Amino acid sequence: MINGRAHRYGDNIDTDRIIPGKYTKTLDISSLADHVMEDLDPHFKQKFRIGDILVAGDNFGCGSSREQAPIALKAAGISCIIARFYARIFFRNAINIGLPVLEVPNHEIQDGDALEIDMENGIVRNLSQGDLHQSTQLPKVMMDIVAEGGLVPYLRKYGDYHID
Amino acid sequence: MGKGMTISEKILTAHTGRETRAGDLCIVPVDGSMATDTTAPLAIKAFGEMGGVRLKDPSRFHLVIDHAAPAPNERIANLHSLMRRFANDQGCALHDIGSGICHQVMVDHRKVQPGDVFMGADSHTPTYGALGAFACGVGSTDLAAVMLTGKIWLKAPATIRILCHGKLPTHSSGKDLALEAVKALTISGATYQAVEYHGTAVEGLSLSQRMTLCNLVAEMGAKTGIVSPKGLELPYPFEATYADQDAVYARTIEIDASSLRPRIAVPDSPDNVDDIERYQGTRITYAFIGSCTNARHDDLRVAADILRGKHIAKGVRLVIAPASRQVLIDALADGTMQTLIEAGATLINSGCGPCVGSHEGVPGDEEVVVSTANRNFKGRMGNPNASIYLGSPATVAASALHGYLTNPAL
Repeated sequence: MINGRAHRYGDNIDTDRIIPGKYTKTLDISSLADHVMEDLDPHFKQKFRIGDILVAGDNFGCGSSREQAPIALKAAGISCIIARFYARIFFRNAINIGLPVLEVPNHEIQDGDALEIDMENGIVRNLSQGDLHQSTQLPKVMMDIVAEGGLVPYLRKYGDYHID
Repeated sequence: MGKGMTISEKILTAHTGRETRAGDLCIVPVDGSMATDTTAPLAIKAFGEMGGVRLKDPSRFHLVIDHAAPAPNERIANLHSLMRRFANDQGCALHDIGSGICHQVMVDHRKVQPGDVFMGADSHTPTYGALGAFACGVGSTDLAAVMLTGKIWLKAPATIRILCHGKLPTHSSGKDLALEAVKALTISGATYQAVEYHGTAVEGLSLSQRMTLCNLVAEMGAKTGIVSPKGLELPYPFEATYADQDAVYARTIEIDASSLRPRIAVPDSPDNVDDIERYQGTRITYAFIGSCTNARHDDLRVAADILRGKHIAKGVRLVIAPASRQVLIDALADGTMQTLIEAGATLINSGCGPCVGSHEGVPGDEEVVVSTANRNFKGRMGNPNASIYLGSPATVAASALHGYLTNPAL
Protein backbone atom coordinates (compact mmCIF):
# COMPACT_ATOMS: atom_id res chain seq x y z
CA MET A 1 0.00 0.00 0.00
CA ILE A 2 1.35 3.42 -0.98
CA ASN A 3 0.14 6.57 0.75
CA GLY A 4 1.18 9.96 -0.52
CA ARG A 5 0.35 13.42 -1.73
CA ALA A 6 -0.30 14.04 -5.42
CA HIS A 7 1.73 16.50 -7.48
CA ARG A 8 -0.30 17.12 -10.60
CA TYR A 9 1.27 17.91 -13.97
CA GLY A 10 -0.25 18.14 -17.44
CA ASP A 11 -0.24 16.25 -20.74
CA ASN A 12 2.69 15.25 -22.97
CA ILE A 13 5.45 15.71 -20.39
CA ASP A 14 8.45 14.72 -22.51
CA THR A 15 11.65 13.09 -21.28
CA ASP A 16 13.65 16.24 -22.09
CA ARG A 17 11.61 17.96 -19.41
CA ILE A 18 11.91 15.04 -16.97
CA ILE A 19 15.69 14.96 -17.32
CA PRO A 20 17.42 17.17 -19.92
CA GLY A 21 19.81 15.38 -22.32
CA LYS A 22 22.78 17.33 -21.00
CA TYR A 23 22.56 15.47 -17.67
CA THR A 24 21.89 11.96 -18.93
CA LYS A 25 25.44 10.80 -19.63
CA THR A 26 26.26 9.44 -16.20
CA LEU A 27 26.05 6.36 -14.01
CA ASP A 28 25.78 8.60 -10.93
CA ILE A 29 22.11 8.18 -10.12
CA SER A 30 22.00 10.88 -7.44
CA SER A 31 23.15 13.49 -9.97
CA LEU A 32 20.06 12.64 -12.05
CA ALA A 33 17.78 13.26 -9.07
CA ASP A 34 19.38 16.70 -8.64
CA HIS A 35 18.03 17.85 -12.03
CA VAL A 36 14.76 15.95 -12.36
CA MET A 37 11.89 18.04 -13.81
CA GLU A 38 13.90 21.27 -13.52
CA ASP A 39 12.88 22.70 -16.91
CA LEU A 40 9.22 21.92 -16.23
CA ASP A 41 9.00 23.09 -12.65
CA PRO A 42 12.02 24.86 -11.11
CA HIS A 43 10.46 24.37 -7.63
CA PHE A 44 10.01 20.63 -8.03
CA LYS A 45 12.79 19.68 -5.64
CA GLN A 46 11.55 21.97 -2.86
CA LYS A 47 7.91 20.91 -3.23
CA PHE A 48 8.47 17.22 -3.45
CA ARG A 49 8.77 15.03 -0.36
CA ILE A 50 9.98 11.45 -0.43
CA GLY A 51 7.05 9.12 -0.94
CA ASP A 52 4.93 11.67 -2.79
CA ILE A 53 3.06 10.63 -5.94
CA LEU A 54 3.56 12.13 -9.39
CA VAL A 55 0.29 12.50 -11.31
CA ALA A 56 0.04 13.42 -14.98
CA GLY A 57 -2.42 13.48 -17.85
CA ASP A 58 -1.95 11.93 -21.29
CA ASN A 59 1.24 10.57 -22.83
CA PHE A 60 3.59 10.94 -19.89
CA GLY A 61 7.26 10.42 -20.79
CA CYS A 62 7.09 10.94 -24.55
CA GLY A 63 10.22 11.52 -26.61
CA SER A 64 13.59 9.99 -25.94
CA SER A 65 14.21 6.37 -24.91
CA ARG A 66 16.44 7.54 -22.06
CA GLU A 67 15.92 5.26 -19.09
CA GLN A 68 17.49 8.03 -17.05
CA ALA A 69 13.99 9.61 -16.96
CA PRO A 70 12.29 6.99 -14.74
CA ILE A 71 15.60 6.41 -12.90
CA ALA A 72 15.77 10.12 -12.02
CA LEU A 73 12.17 10.11 -10.77
CA LYS A 74 12.77 6.98 -8.72
CA ALA A 75 16.00 8.40 -7.29
CA ALA A 76 14.14 11.59 -6.33
CA GLY A 77 11.98 9.46 -4.04
CA ILE A 78 8.76 9.30 -6.04
CA SER A 79 6.76 6.37 -4.75
CA CYS A 80 4.49 5.96 -7.76
CA ILE A 81 3.37 7.63 -10.99
CA ILE A 82 -0.24 7.82 -12.12
CA ALA A 83 -1.05 8.98 -15.66
CA ARG A 84 -4.02 8.69 -18.00
CA PHE A 85 -1.58 6.93 -20.36
CA TYR A 86 2.15 6.75 -20.99
CA ALA A 87 4.49 6.88 -23.94
CA ARG A 88 5.39 3.27 -24.57
CA ILE A 89 9.16 3.34 -24.05
CA PHE A 90 8.85 5.27 -20.78
CA PHE A 91 6.25 2.81 -19.50
CA ARG A 92 8.43 -0.22 -20.27
CA ASN A 93 11.48 1.49 -18.79
CA ALA A 94 9.66 2.32 -15.55
CA ILE A 95 8.43 -1.27 -15.15
CA ASN A 96 11.90 -2.59 -16.03
CA ILE A 97 13.63 -0.54 -13.32
CA GLY A 98 10.98 -1.28 -10.69
CA LEU A 99 9.32 2.15 -10.52
CA PRO A 100 5.60 1.70 -9.78
CA VAL A 101 3.50 3.16 -12.63
CA LEU A 102 -0.26 2.98 -13.00
CA GLU A 103 -2.35 3.83 -16.03
CA VAL A 104 -5.66 5.31 -14.86
CA PRO A 105 -7.46 6.53 -18.00
CA ASN A 106 -10.11 8.83 -16.55
CA HIS A 107 -8.66 10.10 -13.31
CA GLU A 108 -9.37 13.66 -12.18
CA ILE A 109 -6.73 13.79 -9.45
CA GLN A 110 -5.84 17.34 -8.41
CA ASP A 111 -2.64 18.82 -7.09
CA GLY A 112 -2.34 18.16 -3.36
CA ASP A 113 -4.90 15.30 -3.21
CA ALA A 114 -4.13 12.59 -0.66
CA LEU A 115 -3.96 9.18 -2.37
CA GLU A 116 -3.89 5.63 -1.14
CA ILE A 117 -2.75 3.07 -3.71
CA ASP A 118 -3.18 -0.67 -3.57
CA MET A 119 -0.49 -1.66 -6.09
CA GLU A 120 -1.33 -5.35 -6.03
CA ASN A 121 -4.90 -4.78 -7.20
CA GLY A 122 -4.29 -1.55 -9.11
CA ILE A 123 -6.74 0.46 -7.01
CA VAL A 124 -6.26 4.20 -6.45
CA ARG A 125 -8.30 5.70 -3.62
CA ASN A 126 -8.50 9.49 -3.68
CA LEU A 127 -8.98 10.37 -0.01
CA SER A 128 -9.42 14.08 -0.76
CA GLN A 129 -12.17 13.63 -3.35
CA GLY A 130 -13.59 10.44 -1.88
CA ASP A 131 -13.51 8.40 -5.08
CA LEU A 132 -11.82 5.27 -6.33
CA HIS A 133 -10.17 4.32 -9.62
CA GLN A 134 -9.08 1.02 -11.12
CA SER A 135 -5.89 1.01 -13.18
CA THR A 136 -5.51 -0.75 -16.53
CA GLN A 137 -4.47 -4.39 -16.20
CA LEU A 138 -0.93 -5.22 -17.32
CA PRO A 139 -0.07 -8.13 -19.61
CA LYS A 140 1.06 -11.24 -17.67
CA VAL A 141 4.73 -10.86 -18.61
CA MET A 142 4.75 -7.31 -17.23
CA MET A 143 3.03 -8.41 -14.02
CA ASP A 144 5.74 -11.04 -13.60
CA ILE A 145 8.45 -8.41 -14.12
CA VAL A 146 6.71 -6.10 -11.60
CA ALA A 147 6.43 -8.99 -9.12
CA GLU A 148 10.19 -9.54 -9.28
CA GLY A 149 10.90 -5.81 -8.85
CA GLY A 150 12.11 -5.18 -12.40
CA LEU A 151 13.62 -6.85 -15.45
CA VAL A 152 17.07 -7.29 -13.89
CA PRO A 153 15.85 -9.47 -10.98
CA TYR A 154 13.35 -11.17 -13.35
CA LEU A 155 16.10 -12.30 -15.73
CA ARG A 156 18.49 -13.09 -12.90
CA LYS A 157 15.83 -15.47 -11.59
CA TYR A 158 14.50 -16.96 -14.84
CA GLY A 159 17.42 -16.47 -17.25
CA ASP A 160 14.97 -15.98 -20.13
CA TYR A 161 11.51 -14.65 -20.92
CA HIS A 162 8.49 -16.81 -20.42
CA ILE A 163 4.98 -16.08 -21.70
CA ASP A 164 2.08 -18.50 -21.26
CA MET B 1 -8.76 -15.20 -39.40
CA GLY B 2 -7.90 -15.65 -43.00
CA LYS B 3 -7.59 -11.91 -43.32
CA GLY B 4 -4.53 -10.33 -44.84
CA MET B 5 -1.58 -9.09 -42.86
CA THR B 6 0.22 -5.81 -42.36
CA ILE B 7 3.99 -5.62 -42.91
CA SER B 8 4.60 -5.73 -39.14
CA GLU B 9 2.41 -8.81 -38.73
CA LYS B 10 4.26 -10.56 -41.55
CA ILE B 11 7.72 -9.79 -40.16
CA LEU B 12 6.72 -10.87 -36.64
CA THR B 13 5.06 -14.04 -37.98
CA ALA B 14 8.26 -14.90 -39.87
CA HIS B 15 10.30 -14.42 -36.69
CA THR B 16 8.07 -16.16 -34.15
CA GLY B 17 7.28 -19.07 -36.45
CA ARG B 18 3.57 -18.80 -35.75
CA GLU B 19 0.77 -16.60 -36.98
CA THR B 20 1.18 -13.31 -35.13
CA ARG B 21 -1.60 -10.73 -35.30
CA ALA B 22 -2.11 -7.30 -33.81
CA GLY B 23 -2.61 -7.67 -30.07
CA ASP B 24 -0.72 -10.98 -29.72
CA LEU B 25 1.95 -11.07 -27.04
CA CYS B 26 5.10 -12.66 -28.35
CA ILE B 27 8.75 -13.30 -27.65
CA VAL B 28 10.68 -12.37 -30.76
CA PRO B 29 14.22 -13.28 -31.79
CA VAL B 30 16.11 -10.08 -32.57
CA ASP B 31 18.32 -9.82 -35.67
CA GLY B 32 20.31 -6.83 -34.53
CA SER B 33 20.58 -4.37 -31.67
CA MET B 34 22.43 -1.19 -30.84
CA ALA B 35 23.11 1.24 -28.00
CA THR B 36 24.69 4.70 -27.86
CA ASP B 37 26.79 6.62 -25.36
CA THR B 38 23.55 7.85 -23.75
CA THR B 39 22.07 4.38 -23.30
CA ALA B 40 24.94 1.85 -23.47
CA PRO B 41 26.54 2.52 -20.06
CA LEU B 42 23.26 1.75 -18.27
CA ALA B 43 22.66 -1.25 -20.57
CA ILE B 44 26.14 -2.65 -19.86
CA LYS B 45 25.51 -2.19 -16.13
CA ALA B 46 22.10 -3.92 -16.31
CA PHE B 47 23.58 -6.74 -18.43
CA GLY B 48 26.11 -7.44 -15.68
CA GLU B 49 23.45 -7.25 -12.96
CA MET B 50 21.32 -9.76 -14.88
CA GLY B 51 24.21 -12.20 -14.60
CA GLY B 52 25.34 -11.59 -18.17
CA VAL B 53 28.90 -12.72 -18.88
CA ARG B 54 29.01 -13.07 -22.66
CA LEU B 55 26.77 -11.44 -25.25
CA LYS B 56 24.30 -13.88 -26.80
CA ASP B 57 25.72 -13.03 -30.23
CA PRO B 58 28.45 -10.34 -30.45
CA SER B 59 28.09 -10.17 -34.25
CA ARG B 60 24.54 -8.80 -33.85
CA PHE B 61 25.29 -6.11 -31.26
CA HIS B 62 26.70 -2.64 -31.95
CA LEU B 63 27.91 0.20 -29.79
CA VAL B 64 27.95 3.70 -31.23
CA ILE B 65 29.58 6.77 -29.69
CA ASP B 66 27.53 9.58 -31.21
CA HIS B 67 25.57 11.58 -28.63
CA ALA B 68 28.50 13.46 -27.05
CA ALA B 69 31.38 12.71 -29.38
CA PRO B 70 34.21 13.60 -28.99
CA ALA B 71 33.79 13.66 -25.22
CA PRO B 72 33.24 17.17 -23.83
CA ASN B 73 34.40 16.32 -20.27
CA GLU B 74 36.08 13.63 -18.18
CA ARG B 75 32.80 12.14 -16.96
CA ILE B 76 31.64 11.37 -20.50
CA ALA B 77 35.16 10.39 -21.59
CA ASN B 78 35.08 7.69 -18.92
CA LEU B 79 31.73 6.39 -20.17
CA HIS B 80 33.22 6.18 -23.67
CA SER B 81 36.17 4.25 -22.23
CA LEU B 82 33.75 1.85 -20.57
CA MET B 83 32.06 1.22 -23.94
CA ARG B 84 35.40 0.65 -25.69
CA ARG B 85 36.51 -1.82 -23.00
CA PHE B 86 33.21 -3.69 -23.20
CA ALA B 87 33.42 -3.97 -27.00
CA ASN B 88 37.00 -5.17 -26.74
CA ASP B 89 36.14 -7.78 -24.08
CA GLN B 90 33.01 -9.01 -25.85
CA GLY B 91 34.17 -8.86 -29.47
CA CYS B 92 31.24 -6.70 -30.60
CA ALA B 93 31.48 -3.74 -32.96
CA LEU B 94 32.31 -0.32 -31.58
CA HIS B 95 31.60 2.60 -33.89
CA ASP B 96 33.77 5.28 -32.33
CA ILE B 97 33.64 9.08 -32.58
CA GLY B 98 33.37 10.35 -36.13
CA SER B 99 31.57 7.22 -37.39
CA GLY B 100 28.32 9.12 -37.34
CA ILE B 101 24.83 8.94 -35.89
CA CYS B 102 23.90 5.41 -34.82
CA HIS B 103 20.98 5.04 -37.23
CA GLN B 104 22.95 6.23 -40.24
CA VAL B 105 25.88 4.00 -39.24
CA MET B 106 23.63 0.92 -39.03
CA VAL B 107 22.22 1.62 -42.50
CA ASP B 108 25.54 2.65 -44.12
CA HIS B 109 27.23 -0.51 -42.82
CA ARG B 110 24.25 -2.74 -43.66
CA LYS B 111 23.81 -3.88 -40.08
CA VAL B 112 20.06 -3.87 -40.61
CA GLN B 113 18.30 -5.45 -43.59
CA PRO B 114 14.78 -5.49 -45.02
CA GLY B 115 12.55 -7.84 -43.00
CA ASP B 116 14.74 -7.72 -39.88
CA VAL B 117 13.56 -7.24 -36.32
CA PHE B 118 15.90 -4.64 -34.81
CA MET B 119 15.97 -3.16 -31.28
CA GLY B 120 17.87 0.04 -30.66
CA ALA B 121 18.38 1.85 -27.37
CA ASP B 122 17.42 5.11 -29.02
CA SER B 123 13.91 6.37 -29.70
CA HIS B 124 14.57 7.03 -33.39
CA THR B 125 15.33 3.39 -34.16
CA PRO B 126 12.12 3.09 -36.26
CA THR B 127 14.17 4.91 -38.93
CA TYR B 128 15.09 1.46 -40.35
CA GLY B 129 11.50 1.00 -41.44
CA ALA B 130 12.71 2.82 -44.56
CA LEU B 131 14.37 -0.48 -45.47
CA GLY B 132 11.27 -2.48 -44.56
CA ALA B 133 12.56 -3.58 -41.16
CA PHE B 134 10.52 -3.83 -37.96
CA ALA B 135 12.61 -1.60 -35.71
CA CYS B 136 11.73 -0.28 -32.26
CA GLY B 137 13.30 2.04 -29.74
CA VAL B 138 13.79 0.56 -26.27
CA GLY B 139 15.41 1.62 -23.02
CA SER B 140 18.69 0.39 -21.60
CA THR B 141 17.34 -2.49 -19.51
CA ASP B 142 15.23 -3.92 -22.36
CA LEU B 143 18.36 -3.67 -24.51
CA ALA B 144 20.41 -5.46 -21.84
CA ALA B 145 17.87 -8.29 -22.01
CA VAL B 146 18.38 -8.48 -25.79
CA MET B 147 22.15 -8.61 -25.21
CA LEU B 148 21.62 -11.49 -22.78
CA THR B 149 18.85 -13.52 -24.46
CA GLY B 150 18.82 -12.39 -28.11
CA LYS B 151 15.09 -11.79 -27.66
CA ILE B 152 12.48 -9.16 -26.77
CA TRP B 153 8.90 -9.52 -25.57
CA LEU B 154 6.35 -7.33 -27.25
CA LYS B 155 2.74 -6.98 -28.19
CA ALA B 156 2.27 -7.15 -31.96
CA PRO B 157 1.03 -3.68 -32.87
CA ALA B 158 -2.08 -2.68 -34.74
CA THR B 159 -1.14 -0.53 -37.75
CA ILE B 160 -2.17 2.93 -38.89
CA ARG B 161 -1.94 3.34 -42.65
CA ILE B 162 -0.86 6.71 -44.02
CA LEU B 163 -1.83 6.98 -47.67
CA CYS B 164 0.10 9.69 -49.48
CA HIS B 165 -1.49 10.61 -52.79
CA GLY B 166 0.00 12.51 -55.69
CA LYS B 167 3.59 13.64 -55.86
CA LEU B 168 5.48 16.12 -53.67
CA PRO B 169 6.05 19.57 -55.21
CA THR B 170 9.67 20.48 -56.03
CA HIS B 171 10.39 22.43 -52.86
CA SER B 172 8.66 20.05 -50.49
CA SER B 173 10.42 16.96 -49.19
CA GLY B 174 9.97 13.84 -47.12
CA LYS B 175 10.42 16.06 -44.05
CA ASP B 176 7.42 18.19 -44.95
CA LEU B 177 5.35 15.05 -45.53
CA ALA B 178 6.53 13.57 -42.23
CA LEU B 179 5.70 16.77 -40.31
CA GLU B 180 2.24 16.84 -41.88
CA ALA B 181 1.70 13.23 -40.76
CA VAL B 182 2.87 14.06 -37.21
CA LYS B 183 0.37 16.92 -37.17
CA ALA B 184 -2.43 14.64 -38.39
CA LEU B 185 -1.71 11.94 -35.80
CA THR B 186 -0.47 14.22 -32.96
CA ILE B 187 2.36 13.48 -30.56
CA SER B 188 0.53 10.55 -29.00
CA GLY B 189 -1.73 9.46 -31.86
CA ALA B 190 0.17 6.30 -32.76
CA THR B 191 1.05 5.15 -29.23
CA TYR B 192 1.59 1.36 -29.13
CA GLN B 193 0.82 1.17 -32.85
CA ALA B 194 2.81 0.75 -36.05
CA VAL B 195 2.64 3.23 -38.90
CA GLU B 196 2.77 2.12 -42.54
CA TYR B 197 3.35 4.64 -45.32
CA HIS B 198 1.80 3.88 -48.71
CA GLY B 199 0.87 5.71 -51.89
CA THR B 200 2.30 7.27 -55.01
CA ALA B 201 3.98 10.11 -53.12
CA VAL B 202 6.22 7.72 -51.18
CA GLU B 203 6.88 5.24 -53.99
CA GLY B 204 9.21 7.69 -55.69
CA LEU B 205 11.13 8.61 -52.54
CA SER B 206 14.79 7.71 -52.01
CA LEU B 207 15.99 5.63 -49.07
CA SER B 208 17.13 8.84 -47.38
CA GLN B 209 13.68 10.47 -47.63
CA ARG B 210 12.04 7.27 -46.46
CA MET B 211 14.35 7.31 -43.44
CA THR B 212 13.06 10.80 -42.61
CA LEU B 213 9.46 9.53 -42.77
CA CYS B 214 10.13 6.60 -40.44
CA ASN B 215 12.35 8.66 -38.13
CA LEU B 216 9.47 10.97 -37.21
CA VAL B 217 7.03 8.20 -36.27
CA ALA B 218 8.81 8.47 -32.90
CA GLU B 219 7.10 11.87 -32.64
CA MET B 220 3.69 10.17 -32.97
CA GLY B 221 4.49 7.73 -30.15
CA ALA B 222 4.57 4.79 -32.59
CA LYS B 223 6.21 1.47 -31.82
CA THR B 224 7.57 1.29 -35.35
CA GLY B 225 7.12 2.83 -38.79
CA ILE B 226 7.58 1.17 -42.13
CA VAL B 227 7.40 2.52 -45.68
CA SER B 228 5.88 0.03 -48.10
CA PRO B 229 8.89 -1.16 -50.13
CA LYS B 230 7.19 -0.47 -53.47
CA GLY B 231 9.66 1.61 -55.45
CA LEU B 232 12.48 1.13 -52.93
CA GLU B 233 15.93 0.97 -54.49
CA LEU B 234 18.85 -0.44 -52.53
CA PRO B 235 22.41 -1.04 -53.69
CA TYR B 236 22.02 -4.77 -53.01
CA PRO B 237 19.43 -7.45 -53.80
CA PHE B 238 16.74 -7.85 -51.16
CA GLU B 239 13.46 -9.59 -50.48
CA ALA B 240 10.69 -7.05 -49.93
CA THR B 241 7.82 -7.64 -47.49
CA TYR B 242 4.56 -6.09 -48.71
CA ALA B 243 1.29 -5.69 -46.85
CA ASP B 244 -1.57 -7.84 -48.12
CA GLN B 245 -4.29 -6.08 -50.10
CA ASP B 246 -6.81 -7.07 -47.43
CA ALA B 247 -4.59 -6.28 -44.44
CA VAL B 248 -6.51 -4.97 -41.43
CA TYR B 249 -5.63 -1.42 -40.35
CA ALA B 250 -6.65 0.36 -37.16
CA ARG B 251 -7.27 3.48 -39.23
CA THR B 252 -6.19 5.20 -42.43
CA ILE B 253 -4.99 8.78 -42.76
CA GLU B 254 -4.87 10.33 -46.24
CA ILE B 255 -2.54 13.13 -47.26
CA ASP B 256 -2.58 14.89 -50.62
CA ALA B 257 1.16 15.39 -51.19
CA SER B 258 0.68 17.37 -54.41
CA SER B 259 -0.60 20.41 -52.56
CA LEU B 260 1.78 20.09 -49.59
CA ARG B 261 3.71 23.31 -49.10
CA PRO B 262 6.76 23.49 -46.84
CA ARG B 263 5.89 22.81 -43.19
CA ILE B 264 7.34 24.10 -39.98
CA ALA B 265 6.98 22.69 -36.44
CA VAL B 266 6.53 25.59 -34.06
CA PRO B 267 7.86 25.58 -30.44
CA ASP B 268 7.54 23.53 -28.21
CA SER B 269 6.18 20.36 -29.79
CA PRO B 270 6.91 18.50 -33.03
CA ASP B 271 3.17 18.09 -33.72
CA ASN B 272 2.63 21.85 -33.59
CA VAL B 273 2.94 21.98 -37.38
CA ASP B 274 1.90 24.77 -39.69
CA ASP B 275 2.46 26.23 -43.15
CA ILE B 276 5.78 28.10 -43.11
CA GLU B 277 4.07 31.05 -44.82
CA ARG B 278 2.43 31.91 -41.50
CA TYR B 279 5.82 32.32 -39.87
CA GLN B 280 7.69 33.85 -42.81
CA GLY B 281 9.86 36.68 -41.51
CA THR B 282 10.41 35.34 -37.97
CA ARG B 283 13.97 36.32 -37.06
CA ILE B 284 16.46 33.51 -36.43
CA THR B 285 20.05 33.57 -35.23
CA TYR B 286 20.92 29.90 -35.40
CA ALA B 287 20.34 27.33 -38.18
CA PHE B 288 21.19 23.67 -37.73
CA ILE B 289 21.41 21.00 -40.42
CA GLY B 290 21.98 17.70 -38.69
CA SER B 291 20.47 14.75 -36.78
CA CYS B 292 19.25 11.30 -37.78
CA THR B 293 16.26 13.00 -39.40
CA ASN B 294 17.92 15.14 -42.09
CA ALA B 295 21.71 15.22 -42.44
CA ARG B 296 22.32 12.84 -45.31
CA HIS B 297 24.06 13.58 -48.58
CA ASP B 298 20.88 14.56 -50.42
CA ASP B 299 19.89 16.86 -47.54
CA LEU B 300 23.26 18.62 -47.67
CA ARG B 301 23.00 18.93 -51.46
CA VAL B 302 19.61 20.61 -51.21
CA ALA B 303 21.13 23.12 -48.77
CA ALA B 304 24.18 23.64 -51.00
CA ASP B 305 21.97 24.31 -54.03
CA ILE B 306 20.24 27.12 -52.12
CA LEU B 307 23.47 28.60 -50.72
CA ARG B 308 25.79 28.18 -53.74
CA GLY B 309 27.72 31.38 -54.44
CA LYS B 310 25.88 33.20 -51.62
CA HIS B 311 26.50 33.82 -47.94
CA ILE B 312 24.34 33.26 -44.89
CA ALA B 313 22.85 36.40 -43.33
CA LYS B 314 24.82 38.53 -40.92
CA GLY B 315 24.11 37.55 -37.34
CA VAL B 316 23.20 33.97 -38.25
CA ARG B 317 25.33 30.90 -37.67
CA LEU B 318 24.74 27.75 -39.66
CA VAL B 319 26.01 24.57 -38.01
CA ILE B 320 26.25 21.35 -40.02
CA ALA B 321 26.76 17.89 -38.54
CA PRO B 322 26.79 15.27 -41.34
CA ALA B 323 24.91 12.09 -40.44
CA SER B 324 27.95 9.85 -40.86
CA ARG B 325 31.52 9.62 -42.02
CA GLN B 326 30.26 8.19 -45.32
CA VAL B 327 27.95 11.18 -45.77
CA LEU B 328 30.85 13.53 -45.06
CA ILE B 329 33.09 11.72 -47.57
CA ASP B 330 30.38 11.91 -50.24
CA ALA B 331 29.70 15.59 -49.51
CA LEU B 332 33.42 16.37 -49.72
CA ALA B 333 33.85 14.42 -52.94
CA ASP B 334 31.25 16.29 -54.97
CA GLY B 335 31.98 19.76 -53.60
CA THR B 336 28.78 20.01 -51.53
CA MET B 337 30.71 20.62 -48.33
CA GLN B 338 32.95 23.22 -49.96
CA THR B 339 29.88 25.11 -51.17
CA LEU B 340 28.35 25.09 -47.69
CA ILE B 341 31.52 26.20 -45.94
CA GLU B 342 32.12 28.98 -48.48
CA ALA B 343 28.59 30.14 -47.72
CA GLY B 344 29.55 30.54 -44.06
CA ALA B 345 28.55 27.17 -42.57
CA THR B 346 30.42 25.72 -39.59
CA LEU B 347 31.18 22.02 -39.94
CA ILE B 348 31.12 19.92 -36.77
CA ASN B 349 31.73 16.26 -36.11
CA SER B 350 29.40 13.59 -37.51
CA GLY B 351 27.11 12.75 -34.62
CA CYS B 352 23.98 13.83 -32.80
CA GLY B 353 25.56 17.16 -31.90
CA PRO B 354 23.27 20.07 -31.05
CA CYS B 355 20.03 18.06 -31.55
CA VAL B 356 20.22 16.55 -28.09
CA GLY B 357 21.85 19.43 -26.17
CA SER B 358 24.71 17.34 -24.81
CA HIS B 359 27.66 19.40 -25.90
CA GLU B 360 28.22 21.27 -29.17
CA GLY B 361 26.08 24.13 -30.38
CA VAL B 362 23.87 24.97 -27.41
CA PRO B 363 21.70 28.06 -28.14
CA GLY B 364 21.68 31.08 -25.84
CA ASP B 365 18.72 32.55 -23.95
CA GLU B 366 15.96 33.99 -26.17
CA GLU B 367 17.63 32.64 -29.30
CA VAL B 368 15.44 31.38 -32.13
CA VAL B 369 16.72 28.25 -33.85
CA VAL B 370 15.60 26.65 -37.10
CA SER B 371 16.66 23.04 -37.31
CA THR B 372 16.32 19.95 -39.50
CA ALA B 373 16.13 17.73 -36.40
CA ASN B 374 13.17 15.92 -34.89
CA ARG B 375 12.30 17.50 -31.54
CA ASN B 376 11.66 21.05 -30.42
CA PHE B 377 10.70 20.35 -26.83
CA LYS B 378 11.65 23.04 -24.36
CA GLY B 379 15.30 22.58 -23.43
CA ARG B 380 15.91 19.99 -26.13
CA MET B 381 19.07 21.67 -27.44
CA GLY B 382 20.38 22.31 -23.94
CA ASN B 383 18.71 25.62 -23.10
CA PRO B 384 15.07 25.89 -21.96
CA ASN B 385 15.10 29.61 -22.79
CA ALA B 386 15.65 29.10 -26.53
CA SER B 387 12.91 28.37 -29.12
CA ILE B 388 13.27 25.72 -31.82
CA TYR B 389 11.48 25.55 -35.16
CA LEU B 390 11.75 22.33 -37.20
CA GLY B 391 11.77 22.23 -40.98
CA SER B 392 13.29 20.63 -44.05
CA PRO B 393 16.91 21.15 -45.14
CA ALA B 394 15.62 23.51 -47.85
CA THR B 395 13.71 25.57 -45.29
CA VAL B 396 16.68 25.74 -42.92
CA ALA B 397 19.11 26.72 -45.70
CA ALA B 398 16.77 29.39 -47.10
CA SER B 399 16.18 30.75 -43.58
CA ALA B 400 19.94 30.88 -42.86
CA LEU B 401 20.42 32.78 -46.10
CA HIS B 402 17.88 35.48 -45.19
CA GLY B 403 18.14 35.52 -41.40
CA TYR B 404 14.44 34.81 -40.93
CA LEU B 405 12.11 31.87 -41.47
CA THR B 406 11.78 31.56 -45.22
CA ASN B 407 9.65 29.47 -47.53
CA PRO B 408 12.22 27.79 -49.82
CA ALA B 409 9.63 27.64 -52.60
CA LEU B 410 9.60 31.42 -52.97
